[in-house]
Amino acid sequence: MNIIQIEPYKVYGHNKNLEFLKKLGLTTIGIGFLFFMISLTGVSNRQTLLFFFLSFGLLTAGSIFYFTIQIKEAPAGIKNNRIFFDALTSRKAIAWLLGIVLTGFYVLLYWFPETLQNLVNLVNPLSYTLRGTAADRWFLYGSFYTTAVIIMAIRMIAKYRHNRYQIIRSVSVSFFQLAFSFIIPGILVSLNKPEFYFNYFWPLKFQYLFPDEIKYLTSSGGALGYFMIFWGAAMFVIATPVLTYFFGKRWYCSWVCGCGGLAETAGDLFRQNSDKSLKAWKLERISIHSVLIFVVVTTSLLWINSASNGKVLGTVSQGFAEWYGFIIGALFSGIIGVGFYPIFGSRVWCRFGCPMAATLGMLQKYFSRFRITTNGGQCISCGNCSTYCEMGIDVKSYAQRGQNIIRSSCVGCGICAAVCPRGVLKLENLPREGKYNQVD
Amino acid sequence: MEHLVIIGNGITGITTARYVRKQSGMRITIISNESKYFFSRTALMYVYMGHMKWENIKPYEDWFWKKNRLELIFAKATSINTDSKKVLLDNGEEISYDKLVIATGSHSNKFGWSGQDLKGVQGLYSKQDLELLEENTKNIRSAVIVGGGLIGIELAEMLHSRGIHVMFLVREKLYWNSILPDEEAAMVSRHILEHNMELKLGVELKEILADEKGRARAVVTSKGEEMPCQFVGLTPGVHPNIDLVKNSGIETGRGVLVNEFLETNICDVYAAGDCAEIKSNIEGDKNKVEQLWYTGKMQGKILAQNILGNKIKYDRGIWYNSAKFLDIEYQTYGFVSAAPRAGEENFYWEHSSGKICLRLVYKSDDRSVVGVNVFGIRLRHRLFESWIKEKKTIEYALENLHSANFDPEFYKKHEQEIIDKFNKENSGQKLILNRKMLSGIFS
Ligand SMILES: Cc1cc2nc3c(=O)[nH]c(=O)nc-3n(C[C@H](O)[C@H](O)[C@H](O)COP(=O)(O)OP(=O)(O)OC[C@H]3O[C@@H](n4cnc5c(N)ncnc54)[C@H](O)[C@@H]3O)c2cc1C
Ligand code: SF4
Repeated sequence: MNIIQIEPYKVYGHNKNLEFLKKLGLTTIGIGFLFFMISLTGVSNRQTLLFFFLSFGLLTAGSIFYFTIQIKEAPAGIKNNRIFFDALTSRKAIAWLLGIVLTGFYVLLYWFPETLQNLVNLVNPLSYTLRGTAADRWFLYGSFYTTAVIIMAIRMIAKYRHNRYQIIRSVSVSFFQLAFSFIIPGILVSLNKPEFYFNYFWPLKFQYLFPDEIKYLTSSGGALGYFMIFWGAAMFVIATPVLTYFFGKRWYCSWVCGCGGLAETAGDLFRQNSDKSLKAWKLERISIHSVLIFVVVTTSLLWINSASNGKVLGTVSQGFAEWYGFIIGALFSGIIGVGFYPIFGSRVWCRFGCPMAATLGMLQKYFSRFRITTNGGQCISCGNCSTYCEMGIDVKSYAQRGQNIIRSSCVGCGICAAVCPRGVLKLENLPREGKYNQVD
Repeated sequence: MEHLVIIGNGITGITTARYVRKQSGMRITIISNESKYFFSRTALMYVYMGHMKWENIKPYEDWFWKKNRLELIFAKATSINTDSKKVLLDNGEEISYDKLVIATGSHSNKFGWSGQDLKGVQGLYSKQDLELLEENTKNIRSAVIVGGGLIGIELAEMLHSRGIHVMFLVREKLYWNSILPDEEAAMVSRHILEHNMELKLGVELKEILADEKGRARAVVTSKGEEMPCQFVGLTPGVHPNIDLVKNSGIETGRGVLVNEFLETNICDVYAAGDCAEIKSNIEGDKNKVEQLWYTGKMQGKILAQNILGNKIKYDRGIWYNSAKFLDIEYQTYGFVSAAPRAGEENFYWEHSSGKICLRLVYKSDDRSVVGVNVFGIRLRHRLFESWIKEKKTIEYALENLHSANFDPEFYKKHEQEIIDKFNKENSGQKLILNRKMLSGIFS
């Protein structure tokens, strides 16, 4: 028999060089962290700029280096090896540790901000450059958040370098986080205008339709304030239904939204930990719609009260709004939503709480052209799609029947289609006929 | 109440049970000695690689069985008495049936090599094999895999994910060359090398050598080479598991013999899936043993109808299959033979990356497409199937390739390049790519 000689185009694999470079990357990350710790003591206050670069700078540089160097280890493809063995990604000790650190950070941020003052000082140079004013704790939070999104988006792009949908989407979420949630609000502050996030609208940023907020925007923002109100309303009334009709809720949840942005980047490490059971789905439907009702009721109450000059409810409605802010804003979307990433997965807030997701979800399910189609009889019921669904959708239960996946919670991240080893799934925007396909 | 007993809780047995339950209230009992709950055999590799936990590869949650009144028995069936209509279990229990389905699956092939039963030598088929593999590959550094097929490549990927060096012994001149034409087989072979695995082509296993503890320490090839290793994976295919029926009066050949209604020679006893050998009623045609997830599913669906009395012949329709070679996905529809056949022509395109290709096989006379091999691009199954069924020409298929594409959004499309190549090779052809989607393909 004639053996055909074949030459590989390139040979990948571990080698000493690569091992060294990986260690170098990790060391740099470690030193960056160390400087955050040191900064907590206040030593950094004398040399903020230097310490800013030693902490944020080294952390960012080290991470980017570490994530991109791994490209040399193996050809592009789905490499979810060891995810259910590694302590960080499989809810073992390190995951809990990280969960506690994240939660602890939120607790300090909300209730003991003075403990973080030295870290706040650390971002002062950045704040002065961008906003022309000293940093506060929210600016610190924004800096951390944006850094995390960008670093982890780079990791995402390296990991899915064979998948253009994932690359473009990761660029999109980082762009919206950086520009719309960080730079533009900063510039607004520097211009003495209200700090406004153009990528958030009611009902997620419920305050944007509260009477007090509207009063504030118009009085302190002038013409720009009116534009902001118009923008928020137009996004909710026009853009939301139109874009959702054409693309599904993904145009927002996994391309634009900042909460989604963190989930799609840093959260990618933990997507496998979402609960896929039918029980969780039942709970999800109750809880997310309750929050939506709550927001609608709160907003209406505030308007009724304001229209009647506080005669109807007095201060009750304001109290209601504050409680909502505390329970939903701080506890749910912050502490449980992000703090518990390593335990419950990355989309707990989006799945169980977000009123915007609830609205978009209804549109997606009953009105949109979007669905995930399945490719004939190709499914082997392997379970990868369900396992890596961050929203806890049991994708395979549809795929193995050849049924289109139409779920209000689907954020269209496209990971199910990416991890499917048989090419069964495709996110599609198609004419609505045939959306709810018949299966036997 | 009628009692349906199914031996084997693989995809075939479970599909049968589900479809019977959809239309009937009869009592259904499913017996297996592998695992209490149905799991996806095709996903075994992902558990070993840490992509999923055992929980994740169960296609249904545990409440499903009770809710659908499917009784599960975790025991081994040791014999069948077709006169008294009873199945005997290894726990001493006896189960009476009105109708019996044999869906016992396959066993891994072993060809009587010396050393094939040593410690550290095994195949990969069952949950127990997976557990053994964990044990056998603890702290080892190198492995030899014998047999270059679909399970072989999976086993290689598994071991590779644990940092174990893999060497393949493959009988053909290229990987899976008995099924894949040279170009595709070369592509897969190259990709294996790219992953830093070793590929010994054109060699067979002669024997496996043991160390003093009775564990495999090396293999010897047909060329007399001795290759040290700490583990030997045997993946030269599977054969029907007919252990249970051998002395039951149920007719067997290579597998449990059934007609096209999936009935055995004994009334009320059926067989389907990997273990069944379907008799051909066409003179000179070979009996069919189909050992795929897909065919198991299709047979189970048809079998359910026959059990319910709605006699339907099993016809698998246009052949299809899919797999993944490390990072490269593979789909095939219709029939593509490894070596060109008389009366057929081939059109082959390969991307410059060497990881994406498309082969269309068509008849020389009416130019109708009979099969497609595609690597690195996803194609719409139902659409391609209908083209083959309706004998669409190669020209039609190429011009409408855009409609058949199932890749994720924003992926680079290669259709124009493919058509250009065809036009160049076939002087006089001026095919133009239809960039609009064909109507009606989504309903
Ligand atoms: C690693 C691997 C990967 C694969 N990948 C693919 C793929 O990607 N695509 C594809 O199409 N096919 C694939 N296959 C083949 C596919 O899995 C099989 O064709 C399919 O599982 C057969 O299903 P079945 O129900 O007929 O038999 P099985 O799944 O083998 O089920 C039979 C069951 O019966 C039990 N049983 C047998 N005898 C007895 C007894 N006496 N008492 C009690 N229980 C008994 C067995 O323990 C087993 O649980 C793969 C196979 C393997 C091993
Ligand atoms: S990942 Fe693909 S093959 Fe696996 S269960 Fe999901 S759709 Fe089916």
